[in-house]
Amino acid sequence: MIEKTLLSEFQRVLGRENVFHEEADRLSYSYDAAVLDQVLPALALRPLSSEALGQAIRLCNENSLPLTVRGAGTNLSGGTIPNEGGVVILTTALNRIVEINEGDLYAIVQPGVVTAKFAAEVEAKGLFYPPDPGSQAVSTIGGNVAENAGGLRGLRYGVTRDYVMGLEFFDSNGELVKAGARTVKCVTGYNLGGLLVGSEGTLGVFNRIILKLIPMPAAKKAMMAIFDDVPKASETVAAIIANRIVPVTLEFMDNFTIRAVEDFSHVGLPTDAAALLLIEVDGHPVQVADDALRVEELCRRMGAMEVRVAETAQERDKVWEARRAALSALSRIRPTTVLEDATVPRSKIPEMIAGIEGIARKFDLKIGTFGHAGDGNLHPTILTDRRNAEEWARVEHAIDSIFEKALELGGTLSGEHGIGTAKSRFLEKEVGRGTIAYSRRIKAALDPKNILNPGKIIGG
Amino acid sequence: MYDLKKLAKLVQQLEDQLITCMRCGMCQSVCPVFAETGRESDVARGKLALLDALIKELFTEPGGVNERLNHCLLCGSCAANCPSGVKVLDIFIKARVILTGYMGLSPAKRLIFRGILSQPRFFDRLLELGASFQKAFIKSADQFLGTSCARLSFPLANRHFKALAPVPFHNLVDAIDSAGKSGIKVGFFTGCVIDKIFPEVGQAVVRSLNHHGTGIFLPQDQGCCGIPALSSGDSAAFSRLVRHNLEIFSAQKLDYLVTACATCTSTIKKLWPMMAPDFSEEEQAQIQAIAEKTMDISQFLIDVAGVDKVSVTPGNEATTITYHDPCHLKKSLGISEQPRKLISANPNCHLKEMAEADRCCGCGGSFNLKHYEISASIGKRKRDNIVATDCSTVATSCPACMLQINDMLSQEGDRIQVRHVIEIYADSL
Repeated sequence: MIEKTLLSEFQRVLGRENVFHEEADRLSYSYDAAVLDQVLPALALRPLSSEALGQAIRLCNENSLPLTVRGAGTNLSGGTIPNEGGVVILTTALNRIVEINEGDLYAIVQPGVVTAKFAAEVEAKGLFYPPDPGSQAVSTIGGNVAENAGGLRGLRYGVTRDYVMGLEFFDSNGELVKAGARTVKCVTGYNLGGLLVGSEGTLGVFNRIILKLIPMPAAKKAMMAIFDDVPKASETVAAIIANRIVPVTLEFMDNFTIRAVEDFSHVGLPTDAAALLLIEVDGHPVQVADDALRVEELCRRMGAMEVRVAETAQERDKVWEARRAALSALSRIRPTTVLEDATVPRSKIPEMIAGIEGIARKFDLKIGTFGHAGDGNLHPTILTDRRNAEEWARVEHAIDSIFEKALELGGTLSGEHGIGTAKSRFLEKEVGRGTIAYSRRIKAALDPKNILNPGKIIGG
Repeated sequence: MYDLKKLAKLVQQLEDQLITCMRCGMCQSVCPVFAETGRESDVARGKLALLDALIKELFTEPGGVNERLNHCLLCGSCAANCPSGVKVLDIFIKARVILTGYMGLSPAKRLIFRGILSQPRFFDRLLELGASFQKAFIKSADQFLGTSCARLSFPLANRHFKALAPVPFHNLVDAIDSAGKSGIKVGFFTGCVIDKIFPEVGQAVVRSLNHHGTGIFLPQDQGCCGIPALSSGDSAAFSRLVRHNLEIFSAQKLDYLVTACATCTSTIKKLWPMMAPDFSEEEQAQIQAIAEKTMDISQFLIDVAGVDKVSVTPGNEATTITYHDPCHLKKSLGISEQPRKLISANPNCHLKEMAEADRCCGCGGSFNLKHYEISASIGKRKRDNIVATDCSTVATSCPACMLQINDMLSQEGDRIQVRHVIEIYADSL
């Protein structure tokens, strides 16, 4: 429990109504979207201003209280689960879009701005902010930057990292640090922004974020290609890229997922297909027409049973409805849904998919696989019931095996969900002991009392 | 003190439904209360986590959970948007019953639900009396909208409310038991708010049904559908009301039971069957039968009476009307096309959609009484969306929404009428 004097100090700094210490409030900030045990914080704080945020951090540091920043709490690797007796800092009230600059193509936002709302504001001005993580309807920009979130458009447009031009963050003392600028070029000082993006709240707390914007592409075209075996589908992915076409999205769905989606939303998917590719190209209308035609031809040449090209906006919606329904459809099959994101080089997708199928058989589990084939970023989704201890043990073994398979194929533990606490014990296997020691030295130097989201990524 | 082990056992009944929440947090994007407060305990995920924690015995006292569980409009926006299909409303209502049964009902609620509401005849007489004395306590707030406000600030604060009608519907219209030309016979379940505050809506229902040659069974002494009691966790008063209504309607040979209140419709169709296990086998069968027959008046007129076969092009002088989707009609029952078709069936009306037509108006029944500030703030957003359409009338399908929208428009002095869809349609007959 927090001492009375410290509690009133927090109340003085933030206002009484922004300090939550009742049991029920603390409990409602004890989890995120990862399938992990909840941990009860001592306090949750909701700063209304930058000043209050900085002062709250300073108070935590002075009192050696671990702090975890929380936006929408949609993290899939446990990054927003606090430490026992720690403090949760909510960014929900720091949700102002400070500026959208159409001349210089950048925007400045507070960390609690909701991704989809920001993207819509930008789009209203004819501009484009491409990162679109699956949780964008609720996720915050601060959380996206802290996790270096990806999304469906990664293949052509990259991930959150590629849009962060500058950052303003508080260090563990509550001191303001500036990184980057609102200019396209900037080589002033260390690239601190590069260090902070994807640091999962372990190195600083964002105050403001400068984001790059690009012009909105004028046209887009979507299609669905149906395959009777998985290797043909993945060879098609490789062939599209080899032909110097970079679709905005290139999504994959396995047979298990196809059947689940069709059962759930009846969008007319062929349930006997082994795999589906959902492809969208965008850009100048002439280029789009040309690319779409070439992709269609390639799909046919590589052995697609059928290619459905969306000719109208409704048909395009229908293509993406199938993809959007994937997680919903899968999650309804069993009570617990474990969504993984191990990522492999694009060319290794057939092996990875075969590997996942083998793992599902070996541990006798239901696993549906869909995801961003163009990025090699698959989402094997394990459907289970966490209350069944025996089955859950098999799930944990299966997760380990998926990680091992991804590393064996030269891939990585996480494409876009982060390491958090869920995968920190596997980190050494991928990056080696030296990397962890180096990272820990950085952490110890920048956060000597280890108050910034301790235990995440590098453990300890 | 409370025996938390015992409470954990009771809440355990909900575990199979609770486990389906994967904590994805998508409910944050649609919850109107969360949009105002930004607090996790206000959104479905947070409340489900609190119930889960009760089962795990993580609490030292249940009062905080109970309080947060009640900080909810029961609008169902979360359930309608839930990727994994969690039956949020079922869980919340059952949990309210469990927690109220465990912690006890407040004396005021006990008096209102058990002493008044669940005794329909007494409730009717009491409010008839109220209608004749209310002038001493209220004064006109806005003559255009016909709203009033309290002369003294307690207990209705600054609300601009619709006063009790001078003569309630059940005294305006005698009991009806007619056979129509169409061969179809419906029961008309009036509902408290229409009966006591908007009797003109009830009259419009009767006119429309007569126009289509529908036989009507309209009994006197109907009871409340039970939602105020059930949402406060009082399953005893709820059961009494359900039994009372079953007795009145179940003996009749009816093809349908229609209501003009979205909340009554969804309560009868969804919550009566959900609570059916509390009843005898015979009653359960009656509940099932009645739930299947129950429908919203616009759904009946369009889907059964075939109003949409009348095609109408609005004239140049047509009034602009916008439509607000009641949560309990669109999100609970999926009815959104029929009310719009019914408005468009009036040649003098031109339907213009507002932004966020299906966003909750913020009323939420007793939520408005307890948390007026949040309720009004949600309502203000609805008001702004209505005003932006430049309409002269806003129509909806739920008298509770009508109360809230009247208050919001009246507060701002807007010259926009609030009417029920069925009134708009009846105008054209």
